[in-house]
Amino acid sequence: MSERKLYGLTALFQTPDEIVHAAKKVQDSGYKKYDVHTPYPVHGMDAAMKLKPSNLGYVTLIFGLSGAAFALLFMYWAMSKDYPMIIGGKPFFALPAFIPITFEITVLLATLATVIGMLTFYFKFPNNSQPLHDTPYMKAVSSDKYGICIEADDELFDLEKVKHLFKELNGQNVSEIYFPVTEPFKIFEPKFLILLAVVALSTSAVTYLTLNKLLYITPYNWLMNQNRVNVQSKSTFYADGFGMRKPVEGTVARGFIPYEYKGLAAPVVPLSNPLLPTAQILQLGRKRFLTFCSPCHGNFGDGDSRLRGQFPNPPSLHSEKVRGWHDGNIYHVIVNGQNVMPSYSSQLSRDDRWAVIHYIRALQKAKNASPSEILEAKKETPSNAAK
Amino acid sequence: MPQNDLIYQKKNLPESLKRLGFILLGIGLALGLAGFLFDAQRAFFNYLLTFIFIMSIAVGSLFLIALEYIAGAEWSTPIRRIPEFFASSIPLLFVLVIPLLLNIHSIFEWSQKNVVAGDKILTGKSPYLNASFFVIRTILTIGIWSLFYFLFVRNSRRQDITKDQLLTKKNIKLSAIFIPVFAITVTLAAIDWLMSLAPHWFSTIFGIYFFAGSFVAALAAVTLAIILLKEKGYLHPRMTNEHLFSLGALQFTFINFWAYIAFSQFMLIWYANLPEETVWFIARWGGMWTYISLGLIFAHFLVPYAVLLSQPAKMDPKRLKFISIWILAAHALDLYWLIMPQVHTANAGILSIVFEFGFLIAAVGGFLLVFYFNAKKHNLVPVGDPKLEKGLNFRL
Repeated sequence: MSERKLYGLTALFQTPDEIVHAAKKVQDSGYKKYDVHTPYPVHGMDAAMKLKPSNLGYVTLIFGLSGAAFALLFMYWAMSKDYPMIIGGKPFFALPAFIPITFEITVLLATLATVIGMLTFYFKFPNNSQPLHDTPYMKAVSSDKYGICIEADDELFDLEKVKHLFKELNGQNVSEIYFPVTEPFKIFEPKFLILLAVVALSTSAVTYLTLNKLLYITPYNWLMNQNRVNVQSKSTFYADGFGMRKPVEGTVARGFIPYEYKGLAAPVVPLSNPLLPTAQILQLGRKRFLTFCSPCHGNFGDGDSRLRGQFPNPPSLHSEKVRGWHDGNIYHVIVNGQNVMPSYSSQLSRDDRWAVIHYIRALQKAKNASPSEILEAKKETPSNAAK
Repeated sequence: MPQNDLIYQKKNLPESLKRLGFILLGIGLALGLAGFLFDAQRAFFNYLLTFIFIMSIAVGSLFLIALEYIAGAEWSTPIRRIPEFFASSIPLLFVLVIPLLLNIHSIFEWSQKNVVAGDKILTGKSPYLNASFFVIRTILTIGIWSLFYFLFVRNSRRQDITKDQLLTKKNIKLSAIFIPVFAITVTLAAIDWLMSLAPHWFSTIFGIYFFAGSFVAALAAVTLAIILLKEKGYLHPRMTNEHLFSLGALQFTFINFWAYIAFSQFMLIWYANLPEETVWFIARWGGMWTYISLGLIFAHFLVPYAVLLSQPAKMDPKRLKFISIWILAAHALDLYWLIMPQVHTANAGILSIVFEFGFLIAAVGGFLLVFYFNAKKHNLVPVGDPKLEKGLNFRL
């Protein structure tokens, strides 16, 4: 057994009133290093011992506030910046949903800091051996007695004087508490630290081996690494070595309606114009006609080409023949081409072609109108112009 | 034991208090009644607000008395008469409720038969929400509260003369009965008077929400009265600031409790986003209601929280006085936020905002008179209570 030293003198009291009285007397006697132990907080003790308000509250406050700030900022960063995800149709920074977590983290950090702060300030962590622990005195004050302990470190401490004081105060079970000079179980003792390190290392090693070797499951990454040919890359699978394949025969692009009489002399059944000749459609037809048709057919379809003989002039669109055609025949010519006229199916979309046909019909009507029709048109003009 | 310390002379409150009470009551009533000339329906809602304000403080005080008895609190014994005085306005509720019951149709949508008939949901709720059952419930609830008030206060006052310790025991038993009864009645009152203003809407936490607000308002009113009386020397001279600590601590607790409940109610409705539930909060958002809704967070939680957080603040009479007035105003704002969006007169103009405060001013005057006449008849300190000596010696 190592050398032992006197820690202090303890006395027990029966009632809270007695202990408050005793604490007041001890305080008045000038002792500084003493403490009172009671099974529960006793009212009036702060005043009797002349205790100043504890500063531990500031630790709690600072850590609580930093916990709140950390939780909010972290959730802001994670949920709205780093990996924004829509959850339940709520905004990325969904404050009400974050409040409970902020609250939890605030409480967690505040309590942990308070406990650690208390251990550090009042129990002199890392010192882990309070001399009063495991004494009959501590057992008594933990159940139903009220105790006071004057430490031997106090400047005024004198064993006989203190004994006398306790007797005066009617303290019972006055006993001297001794403690070993060297701490028996230090936290920062090399042996203990090595033990901690060994335990930490072996636990980590066993955990690592169990989870990553024994119970290893291949992560699910089949979507990333699949047997797939990337676009415009060489294929070893196909005999011709092309990675890109032609679509299956008869595949139709989305939104594309194929012309079923392509290559024939004329459409098998007469086609009718699916568009209504509204002002908008006629404008579209005029625009397309002037762009694509007028260089050869002339601005009004008279067959007066602007190409000055570089290309053979087409016949007039106002001939009896063309005027007698179905709309479908003109459409057929636009898609297929005729004589030296090439196909315009790549320049004009389906709607463009039908719009152009409406415009051609309008030109034909204008060129061949009877005088009465012109009069009618003139009558209607103001209302038409108003549109 | 120094028994002569306990000798306490009964003190009357000054005549000026009575005068001030009558003046405030007169001005308030005049303003409030003038509101009927401009917008009768809105004036009824203002009256309802004031009625709930008085009810919450009176019933909250009664609950505080019961809480102190059942917990065996000693610190509160020297100040128990203050919540008793506040609670003495409970029987007055019988009179105050009459205008509301007579005009039930202009306040509650569900009381109009033709509206209910054309509404499936209101028809479904009509076995509970109908005028006759409502009147029965109201009279029963106020009756139960009055009964408990009379029993508590009779025992307490008899003790002043007889010094009989058994009366304390009796009141402890009464408290044990009263607290569960109070839980049910206050929930019913909250549902009847506040939640049924929007009869399609429902919230299971609403009763607790109202209780939390009421109790914190009652605590604020009690604290304010104690500090004012203590400053003028009407309470026992051995009262110290440390007696105020628990009042401050309770205020702090219930401010937090209110915020917790209010947020729980809001978050669940916000997250579930069901139209039949969100409609109530949507009615409290937009225009000036946005500012009132957000302002409530500051007025009813953040400011009192910050002011009351530190230990010295909980027993500093100056700060407690300020925050008690603040909390009472915040409670009125809370009630305004609960009640007023149900009358769609958000833009009724400056004039009616003046009338808005009329009845509340009258209520303040009324409370002053209640104190004056109570103090005339009864001791401000329960001199016969066996816990009084311990209570006066109370130190933190």
